[in-house]
Amino acid sequence: MSTLAPPLPETPEIGQDLDALAGVLAKFPGSITPQEGLDQPTWIVRREILLDLARELRDNPATQFDMMLDLCGVDFPDRQPRFDAVYHLYSMPRGARLRLKVPLNEDQPLPSLIPVWKTANWFERELFDMFGLKVTGHPNLRRLLTHEGFQGHALRKDYDPARRWILTEDQMYQPHFDLPEGQDDLFERMTVNIGPSHPAMHGTFRLMAVLDGETIIASDVEIGYLHRCFEKMSETHTWNQVIPYTDRLNYCSSFINNVGYCRTVEKLLGVEVPPKAVWARTILSEFSRIMDHCVCNGSTLVDAGALSNFWYFFQPREEIYGLLESCCGARLTVSYGRIGGLSQDLPPDFVERSRRLLEIIPPFMEDVEKLIDKNRIWQDRTVGIAAISGEEAVNWGWTGPCLRASGVGYDVRRAHPYDLYDTVDWEVPVLQGGDVYDRYRIRMLEIRQSLKIIRQLLDRGMPEGPWITSDPHVALPPKEACYNQMESMIYHFKLIMDGIQVPAGEVYSMVEGANGELGFYIISDGTSKPYRCHARGPCFPLFSTFSRLINGGSLSDAIVSLGGLNIIAGELER
Amino acid sequence: MALKVLDDKDDTKIIGESWVTTRFEDLEDWAQRNSFWPFPFGTACCAIEFMSTLSSHYDVSRFGSEVVRFSPRQSDVLLVAGTINDKMAPVLKRIYDQMADPKWVISMGACACSGGFYRAYHVMQGIDEIIPVDVYVPGCPPTPEGLIYGILQLKERVSRDRKKQRARVERAGKLPEQEISDRVDARPTPS
Repeated sequence: MSTLAPPLPETPEIGQDLDALAGVLAKFPGSITPQEGLDQPTWIVRREILLDLARELRDNPATQFDMMLDLCGVDFPDRQPRFDAVYHLYSMPRGARLRLKVPLNEDQPLPSLIPVWKTANWFERELFDMFGLKVTGHPNLRRLLTHEGFQGHALRKDYDPARRWILTEDQMYQPHFDLPEGQDDLFERMTVNIGPSHPAMHGTFRLMAVLDGETIIASDVEIGYLHRCFEKMSETHTWNQVIPYTDRLNYCSSFINNVGYCRTVEKLLGVEVPPKAVWARTILSEFSRIMDHCVCNGSTLVDAGALSNFWYFFQPREEIYGLLESCCGARLTVSYGRIGGLSQDLPPDFVERSRRLLEIIPPFMEDVEKLIDKNRIWQDRTVGIAAISGEEAVNWGWTGPCLRASGVGYDVRRAHPYDLYDTVDWEVPVLQGGDVYDRYRIRMLEIRQSLKIIRQLLDRGMPEGPWITSDPHVALPPKEACYNQMESMIYHFKLIMDGIQVPAGEVYSMVEGANGELGFYIISDGTSKPYRCHARGPCFPLFSTFSRLINGGSLSDAIVSLGGLNIIAGELER
Repeated sequence: MALKVLDDKDDTKIIGESWVTTRFEDLEDWAQRNSFWPFPFGTACCAIEFMSTLSSHYDVSRFGSEVVRFSPRQSDVLLVAGTINDKMAPVLKRIYDQMADPKWVISMGACACSGGFYRAYHVMQGIDEIIPVDVYVPGCPPTPEGLIYGILQLKERVSRDRKKQRARVERAGKLPEQEISDRVDARPTPS
């Protein structure tokens, strides 16, 4: 059964953390330059020592950076060296973060960090794909998101955002199999291809597997079938125009993405969000989380053949859609968040409607649990399937419910509280099995916790006041004032024509998305458009582990384990 | 009371309790347009709204198109729900080619219709770049009501298409398959 997560350590202050880092700094004299004045400790690192430094940071008991959260590139065409490779590290035991920046040119390869953090594999491929930066020691350095017929590297600043390349069938991706020793004779084996247009692959993933009978001995996955250029698009739109694009990252819980993005920009701007908006953001985030868990569990059960549960899960979703629609007019892709608050006021019956939802949702969950929890077929198909230990999951960069099903109680809402999460009483459920069954169970438990959070917030009542900040540099002044006051009219004009001007700087900020830590790393150059906006989707590390999870299991286990991971293509491929 | 199954437009007579007379073609039309077997080519957000349309609240089976088939050989409507990018394009084309005639295509959502707000380096600017589309459903994503309206539009389209096709056959005195084989035979042989 679920246990309470052990209390996580307080996040160290930046100053305190620098003491812990000083020991490592001293071991690499002259190779690391700390960068001051940023949101988290940042080192500029020479690429020659990167691999040794990564090992040291992971193994040194004073630092214990056991997870590589993120890797992305940044292009500065007018600078020498031209590119930055930016690593974000996280220490699970210490709750501390560190950013490493490696400046380099196109002809200078990075060392691969796969020996230290396995999750580096896909991140490095993405870096190669988007920026053309080479990585030495990578087993399969090929394009990841764009197709094989693509020319150039899309996230470089000199790449035209609308320049397309046509893919023909003969150019399509050929699988790369890491066959076990002595099993490279494919004569007796069968190679199958599943997807991308296959119901079990959720429409957009492609799995290629080498089978021995029904057992998968090696596999490869290909993604990129829904790469929609989120990061390039955000560089060509103003700050508020990016919000609809964030909706379509994890479209099952789009409001959480709005919050994650807006919070990051608000951090750069230093703007304060009014209490009413914070309150509504917390409640609607939790409702979105419930919706997301409903889709995940519902579609996992469909993949396993239990169709009726899908109907049970979709009914509560429809009810929550109704609430969102009454707030902003959209059901799925809400775009309800705005930088500095919300796009419009909450409807007058918001509390009443939300309370009704609290009554409606639990019976559906109980029905499903009665049907499924002790169901022999479901247990046979999921218990012990695609299991992973907590330690390994951390090394693969897992976050969210899947990590908590493996016994690691990391939840951004608890470890780095934001909005109102530290003012309500709730638990972080943790299970120990790490298999498909526990991933299903943990979501059912989290739905209950979300309801608990919402109930407490509703009991407090809706705070009075505005729903968006009154700072006229960020939010439009009220319509009345625009018509009657010269100053407000000018602000209105400036915001409509130019958009928000965000001061130059960089920031990484995260929220707990429905399937893990959803981080945004944003660089502003002081203009009305983001210079670089990178989304760290939790699906990306989760899905890069997929081959490791299914190798050695049977083909039918692979199908059921994909659903349990809750991979949302929009967020995976951005 | 006799059950009148065919609608008024058809040349139908009801005789007695359980007899309906009609032309065979009208019966075929009626069956075709009331039992779509869609192939849901769902890739993104629209697929989630398509799932809503399938589920109990909107219940698309009221309109006879709930039997989703994931094999192109078994389906007659290709329902493209979601963004199609350049990497997916050959896959979509092949699925379309694998479907047997007669077949129709619904393009659901802004991305499938026109690329939507992704005017970007990896996104196809509408699936009609590579396959013909019969019904476009706008929205990002369309509401389930919108999709159902699209399906109803397609129903009318189907009976119109079939009537046209029959008229062509009557004019030529041949079935379309024969027409095609005639054309193949008439091609000059390479010397």
